[in-house]
Amino acid sequence: MSRSPDKLLEVENLHVSFRAQGGEVHAVRGVAFDVAQGETLAIVGESGCGKSVTSLAVMGLIPRPHGKIVAGSIRFKGTELTALSAKKMRRIQGTDLSMIFQDPMTALNPTLTIGSQLTEGIVYQKKISRAAAYQRAIDMLEMVGLSNGAQRMKQYPHQFSGGMRQRIVIAMALICRPSLIIADEPTTALDVTIQAQILELFDQIQKETGVSMIMITHDLGVVAKTADRVAVMYAGKIVEMGSKRDIFYHASHPYTQALLNAIVRLDLPSDTLKPIEGAPPDLFAPPEGCSFCERCPFAMEVCRHVQPPATTVDGHHTAACWLLDKRADGIRQKVENY
Amino acid sequence: MESPPLLKISHLKKYFEIERTQILKAVDDINLSISSGETLGIVGESGCGKSTLGRTIMGLYQKTEGSIAFNGVDIDKMNTSERFQMHRRMQMIFQDPYASLNPRSTVLELIAEPMDVHKTCKNNKERRARVERLLEEVGLNRGFLNRYPHEFSGGQRQRIGIARALALDPDFIIADEPISALDVSVQAQVVDLLKRLQKEKGLTMMFIAHDLSMVKYISSRIGVMYLGHLVELTTSRNLYEKPLHPYTQALLSAIPIPDPDIEEKRERIILKGELPSPINPPTGCVFRTRCPFVMAICAKERPNFVEVEDGHFAACHLHSDKPGLARPLAKAPSHEPG
Repeated sequence: MSRSPDKLLEVENLHVSFRAQGGEVHAVRGVAFDVAQGETLAIVGESGCGKSVTSLAVMGLIPRPHGKIVAGSIRFKGTELTALSAKKMRRIQGTDLSMIFQDPMTALNPTLTIGSQLTEGIVYQKKISRAAAYQRAIDMLEMVGLSNGAQRMKQYPHQFSGGMRQRIVIAMALICRPSLIIADEPTTALDVTIQAQILELFDQIQKETGVSMIMITHDLGVVAKTADRVAVMYAGKIVEMGSKRDIFYHASHPYTQALLNAIVRLDLPSDTLKPIEGAPPDLFAPPEGCSFCERCPFAMEVCRHVQPPATTVDGHHTAACWLLDKRADGIRQKVENY
Repeated sequence: MESPPLLKISHLKKYFEIERTQILKAVDDINLSISSGETLGIVGESGCGKSTLGRTIMGLYQKTEGSIAFNGVDIDKMNTSERFQMHRRMQMIFQDPYASLNPRSTVLELIAEPMDVHKTCKNNKERRARVERLLEEVGLNRGFLNRYPHEFSGGQRQRIGIARALALDPDFIIADEPISALDVSVQAQVVDLLKRLQKEKGLTMMFIAHDLSMVKYISSRIGVMYLGHLVELTTSRNLYEKPLHPYTQALLSAIPIPDPDIEEKRERIILKGELPSPINPPTGCVFRTRCPFVMAICAKERPNFVEVEDGHFAACHLHSDKPGLARPLAKAPSHEPG
């Protein structure tokens, strides 16, 4: 398949499984998406939906031997990452492709100064001198809003607050000038006023460097603030994908709609909340049909037996739901009036 | 409101001694009352003292100063048996459903424990029947009696914690971050359950959380805490529509709203810096180091917590009760769409 020039990352039919006591967990089951130059793709979903595993697969960080990419392809700038040797993959990790983890407390080594942690990667990867790396690290700290860089470099993680630590982790992710950053719940561990600062920082960094981002989050507010495009995941699959506006204003999959209804809007008077009853399916034995059908108010007989294909709603807006099938036109009308 | 409030706390302080010379003022001079049947929300970021406030009211921490009156009676004036009886009417729901349930006890033992302590059941049959009824009330299957906590999901465990808190038919429940460990759709389930139970049983509730939108949904009034102080207290509607304290305004504006059109147009107040250390808090007003409207007096005097409008309290020199000081607030942030 030929690569479209502006696509930085192309993931196709990705399957990831983990061996666990009692069988195999099918954590990611046929995920496909792409990320264009300079854009932010948000992957949304609840815990266990496979959003983090997807990002780990792209980063080449699926823990072995328990975890395995069973099938699928991940192409980054045209290179097939699943076929790379560990050694070649390590050349890409942290340089062109880098990651920001959720918890800045555990992402940093408490026994090393932040200076040595910031420079470690770039000295190893780019073969530049320690002095040059040191200067670059100070510049990076400046960029993420930490002044007094020279002094900060000598300090240890515990001397910083949570928000500052996350800034340091961001500086580490940026230091080798990556073209794609994967941020896995980067603000979940932070307070809202600090989250606002960090999201603002992402915005500014993206304007300055043109880096692409995959933002993994469960917070639809963060999605509305940061994303260009959105992929909604449920039980190891992408159930809906489209532009931010497609997802928020024209949600076509019952799960996306339910998710939007299950949150309380601060700006609207709300007296009713519609929780999604039930729980996601067991991924040891994924359901034969649509994975949401057990909780779906519109489930039909076909949903229980056959997995719905991704159907185009409009332009690049797709959703995997049998209601969108032509043969379900009549039912869809009833649902829309529901 | 003629009847005395169910709970009235005056000048409540809880200080922790870190070292001999260092004192952490976790809760500093808080006054508030909760009337029977209402839900009071307490919001604030980590370290603001909201959990300490809840735990001090519960008696899990010994208060340093001030008074707590339950049903018009000062708890300091109660004897041991009166206090024992009072605790039966006052229960707590904890944040982490994984840590708050003993993994070695069955559901039956967990829920029956408060009843055993207070000897409210005549025999085993009654005890079992009561636990079964509680399970049903919180939406769990009565067949779960002999299962262990690890067999349940986070949402189900939180339901067990709620059943346990309800076991003694309390009048007053303090819920300390009961949903922050849960997924979005499950959060909605638990909050809906709490709201329903509150209505059915006429419970009075104090709902402590950092998620302002959920607090707004469940509470009739909301108190905002910052660095051990209560900075604003009003109805949940007012708090959103007419926030008086600059901290409340910043907090509201920091929360991303899951609506792309609104998000794009919104002007954000980004607070500079981070929460100062509660061990050595700023003099005068605790918020002055980050306040966009700071004045000279803010460093010198701690603002009084005054009733600015009917039932709307704030502790800010901009709304001071001292003549000559008050001035209209510079443009308050707009949360209205468009």
